[in-house]
Amino acid sequence: MSSRIEILNDGGYRSDGRRQYELRDMTFDMSEQAGADGSAIIAHGLTQVLVSVFGPREAKMRSQTLHDRAIINVEVSIAPFSTGDRRKRARGDKRILEFASMIKATFEPVVQTSLHPRSQIDIFVHVLQQDGGVLQACINATTLALANAGVPLLDFVCAVTGGVHAAAPMLDLTTLEENDLPHVTVAVMPRTGRVTLVSMETRLHVDRFEEIFRLAGQAGSVLHKEMRAAVRERTKGVVDAMGSGLRTSDFAEDAMMDDT
Amino acid sequence: MRPPSPSIPEKEFLLTTLEQSLRLDGRGLIEMRPLELSFGSDLGCVECALGNTRVLAQVDAKMVRPLPERPFEGIITIHSEISPMASPEFESGRPGEEEVALARMLDKVLRRSDAVDREALCILAGQRVWHLRLTIHCLSDAGNLLDCACLAGIIALRHFRRPEVEVLGDEVTIHPPTSRAPVALALHHAPFCLTFAFFRPSSTSTNTSSITPPISLLDPSQLEQRLASGTLSLALNAQRELCVVHKAGGIPLAPEELLSAVEVAVRKAKELDTLVEARVKEDWLRKKVEVR
Repeated sequence: MSSRIEILNDGGYRSDGRRQYELRDMTFDMSEQAGADGSAIIAHGLTQVLVSVFGPREAKMRSQTLHDRAIINVEVSIAPFSTGDRRKRARGDKRILEFASMIKATFEPVVQTSLHPRSQIDIFVHVLQQDGGVLQACINATTLALANAGVPLLDFVCAVTGGVHAAAPMLDLTTLEENDLPHVTVAVMPRTGRVTLVSMETRLHVDRFEEIFRLAGQAGSVLHKEMRAAVRERTKGVVDAMGSGLRTSDFAEDAMMDDT
Repeated sequence: MRPPSPSIPEKEFLLTTLEQSLRLDGRGLIEMRPLELSFGSDLGCVECALGNTRVLAQVDAKMVRPLPERPFEGIITIHSEISPMASPEFESGRPGEEEVALARMLDKVLRRSDAVDREALCILAGQRVWHLRLTIHCLSDAGNLLDCACLAGIIALRHFRRPEVEVLGDEVTIHPPTSRAPVALALHHAPFCLTFAFFRPSSTSTNTSSITPPISLLDPSQLEQRLASGTLSLALNAQRELCVVHKAGGIPLAPEELLSAVEVAVRKAKELDTLVEARVKEDWLRKKVEVR
C-alpha cells in the first residue's frame, strides 16, 4: 500500500495546507437563477452546493396545507458527477431522504412559517461537488437562498463540521479527513448561540465530543459574519442596480444589521 | 392520511404538568419505562418492551460469498419495517418519514458504529463469509420506537450464537448445534440509543434571550413525542463513547443543555448495559444449549 497521507503533520499543517482550526475558502454566489425566488451557490473549498427556493407560493397539494402556517418541502439531489467516480443514486435513496428531512427539520423552527398560512415553501438542493462537509454546505446554502428569496427568518443557520485526530480537534473536514476521523456537523443560530442541528455518525469519546462540539459552535459565529457580509453586499448591489435614486453610500451602516 | 393531532386540552394539560415536573404516567423526568425482555426459543430472538412499546428482533445467519471489494469481512443487513399493526399512522407499502428515520438510525447505531466485528464473520477469505440478517418488527408504538428497536437489535445480536464452523484447507463444515456448541458473535461494543424530548417552557416573558432552559424528558411516550418541540437521540456504549448524535431541528439548545443530556445518557447507558448483560446470561444458562 502506498504511504498514507498525514492528516496533521508535525508542523501543524493538514493535508491541504490548512492549519488545525482554519476553515476552507468560501465563496457565496447569490446571483439569480431563472425562475427561482431565491438561490445561492456555496462553495466550501471543493464542496459545491446549489440551492433554489420557491415560495412562499400556493401549495400544489391543498390537502397537505396547514391552516395557520406554511409547509416547507425539501428535495435533495446529489449529482452523479459530484464524487470522484460517477454514481447515480435512486430517488428514494434512504440517505438522501434523511438529508432532506434533516434540512427540513432544521429550517422549520427558523422560518417564520406562521406569516404565510396555507402556502408552501419549496427548497431544492443540488449537490454539485462533494469533498466533505456536504450537510454543512447544504445548510449554509439554504440559509442564504432563503434570505435571498426574502423568506422571513428568525436568524441565520450556520453549519460547520468538526473532527478529532488523536486529541487534536480540527474544523471543516475534507473527504479524506472525514473518512478517517470521527466527525460531527453542528448548525448554530449565531444570535443566541444555540444549536439547531447536531449530527454525528462515528464513534467518539464523550470528552472529545464536548471539546469539538463547543469549538464548532464558535466557528459557526465566524461563518455568520461572512454570510451576513455576503447578503449585505448582494442586497447593496441589487439596490444600486435598481437605480431607485437612493445611493447606499449616503447612508451610514444600518444599525439594525449590526448586532453583537 | 395524516394522524389526528392531539387536542388542545391534551396539549395544554401536558405542558402544564410538565412545568411542574410531573409526567402523565408518573415517571420522573429522566426516568425510563421499565425494560422487559422475553427471549424466544431460537437463539437471537428477543422481544423488547418499554412500557407498551414493543419490538421484536430476530437474527439469523447464512453462509454467502463476500462482497468483492471486502473479501475478508462478513455482511450485516438490517431490515426494519413498521407495519400498521404498530399504530394506525403507519401505512404498509411506501415507507413514511418516520420509518425512513428509524431505518437510518438503526443502520447508524448497529451497523456503521461497528458494533459487530465483521472480520470475525469471515470463514474462508474471498469465498465464504457469514451474512447476518437482523430483522426488526415493530409490534406496538407507544412512543420512543427508536430506542426500543435499537435495544432489541443489540440484545438480539448479543443473544445470538452462530453455528461452529470447521475449515480444513478449502473444505468448510458447518456443525449443527446438536454436535458442537454454537459460538457467540464478537461484539466490539454495545451501543444503546436514548431519546430525549424537549419542550419549550411557556414562560410568557418578552425577553428574547429568555434563560429558562427547555424541559427535557427521557424516553417520551406517544403523546409527549407528538407534542415535543424537539428531540435528541444519542447512541452510546458503556465505555463513554458516543456512537451517534442526532438532533435535527426542533427547538435550539444551548451547548450546556445538550452536554447535560449527554451526561444523563452516559449514566443510563451504564445501567442498561449491566441489566442487559445480566438478563442475557440468565437466559443462556436457562437454555442449557451446551452439552457438557
